[in-house]
Amino acid sequence: MSERTWSIVVDSFPKMLDYGVRVTLPLAAASFALALVVAVIVALIQYAKVPVLQELCRFYIWVVRGTPVLVQLYLVFYGLPSLGLVFDAWLAAWLVLGLNEAAYMAETMRGAIESVSVGQLEAGYCVGLNFPQIMWHVMLPQAFRTAFPALGNSLISMVKETSMAATITVMELFRQAQVINGRVYESLALYTEAAVIYLMFCTVLSWLQRLGERLLARRGGAAK
Amino acid sequence: MMLDIRGVKKSFEGLEVLKGIDLTVEKGDVVAILGPSGSGKTTFLRCVNFLERADSGTLTFDGETVDMHTVKKRDIARLRKKTAFVFQNYNLFLNKTVLQNVTLGLTAGSGVPRQQARDIAVKALMRVGMEQKLDSYPSQLSGGQQQRVAIARGLALDPEIIYFDEPTSALDPELIGEVLGVMRQLADEGMTMLVVTHEMEFAKNVSNKVLFMEGGYVVEAAPSRAFFEHPQEERSRAFLRAIRHE
Ligand SMILES: Nc1ncnc2c1ncn2[C@@H]1O[C@H](COP(=O)(O)OP(=O)(O)OP(=O)(O)O)[C@@H](O)[C@H]1O
Ligand SMILES: [Mg+2]
Repeated sequence: MSERTWSIVVDSFPKMLDYGVRVTLPLAAASFALALVVAVIVALIQYAKVPVLQELCRFYIWVVRGTPVLVQLYLVFYGLPSLGLVFDAWLAAWLVLGLNEAAYMAETMRGAIESVSVGQLEAGYCVGLNFPQIMWHVMLPQAFRTAFPALGNSLISMVKETSMAATITVMELFRQAQVINGRVYESLALYTEAAVIYLMFCTVLSWLQRLGERLLARRGGAAK
Repeated sequence: MMLDIRGVKKSFEGLEVLKGIDLTVEKGDVVAILGPSGSGKTTFLRCVNFLERADSGTLTFDGETVDMHTVKKRDIARLRKKTAFVFQNYNLFLNKTVLQNVTLGLTAGSGVPRQQARDIAVKALMRVGMEQKLDSYPSQLSGGQQQRVAIARGLALDPEIIYFDEPTSALDPELIGEVLGVMRQLADEGMTMLVVTHEMEFAKNVSNKVLFMEGGYVVEAAPSRAFFEHPQEERSRAFLRAIRHE
């Protein structure tokens, strides 16, 4: 590696890491949180077979899962303004990444809720709880435990997917790499750096995921 | 008369499982529901607590009558507050400790303050001898212990009647006694109970009434003593003979 390349690496790494920590991770966390909330609501609507809403949820999942996230980003950020709906880039990225992941996660959550024995629901009714209370206190905690590994994977994909936000001008880790590269033309070094930083993030997350799984297993409860 | 049930019918996908069941329960009664496998005992009990919606029938509880087919959610919730249900496979909340299993219905369901719910729960758990295991999870208990906690969970709600669906048939033989012991004690204390069971000793010695079902009909309803000593119907006699030969 030439001295010039090396000094570029030394100079750019902290900057990219900084964008990673200040933008990529928060965007991933915020999108994941949005996805989780929407996914649980969609899964519950389907589990409870709420008329009309149930069909709407199926439609939403069909559309989202049948179109690329990149197209969705462009549609919202570049397309919708012509209908008068102008989104800030960060907001558009948050909404699209969150709602996109939610469609997949909703299926995960629905499966996890359905895997909880219906006896738990019936016991809940018999001790005087209503449907939302049973979901909140009994079914969802058990479903989350089942879904935990899948949810962990979703969060990890989310961290990587935030790089797509670069295409709609969100200045995050990957776009920072592109911008620096535009000045110094060191594609190999800069994109390797970006890859290393994503890899660091994802490694830490999968480590946390495994730690969480072990803690859940240790906490006596659930898991039949 | 505390509970009066008339003409319960129920079909599953064209198969008529209950063909018009009647039952009257007085306060303090312990009614044993007997019958061969598939006769509709569980289905009847589930209809009575609205876990299954009957196709027709009326239910009168404390003078309030509802149509079991058209009964509204709100009426179901209100009627259920007077009852408890003990399942064959316990159905304890797997994500909750023993104590939480018993308090949840009180705090979330009935709005009882936390400390008071705890006191009620501990008392209920003492009645079934499970007060030593407050912080255990169901997965850490034996079947007999789980079933006793399930009974305490029902007792804590101060029900007027407890429904039991074969409470001991999922248990290893050596654990049956501890659950039957608790049920016998409840009976002695005057608790009204409706018990689907295959435990003939219990039906004979603890229950005061028997409802014998077969093929979706009530074959014979009689005081326990009379049923076991002088069964009126040939089907009952055949059932008792088969049982004795087991
Ligand atoms: N949810 C259901 N869907 C379809 N058929 C059912 C359902 N529940 C019960 N049945 C049928 O209804 C009949 C009566 O069942 P039920 O469980 O009430 O009998 P049971 O008297 O409790 O029998 P056991 O002593 O074996 O518990 C059986 O033929 C059973 O297959
Ligand atoms: Mg049964």
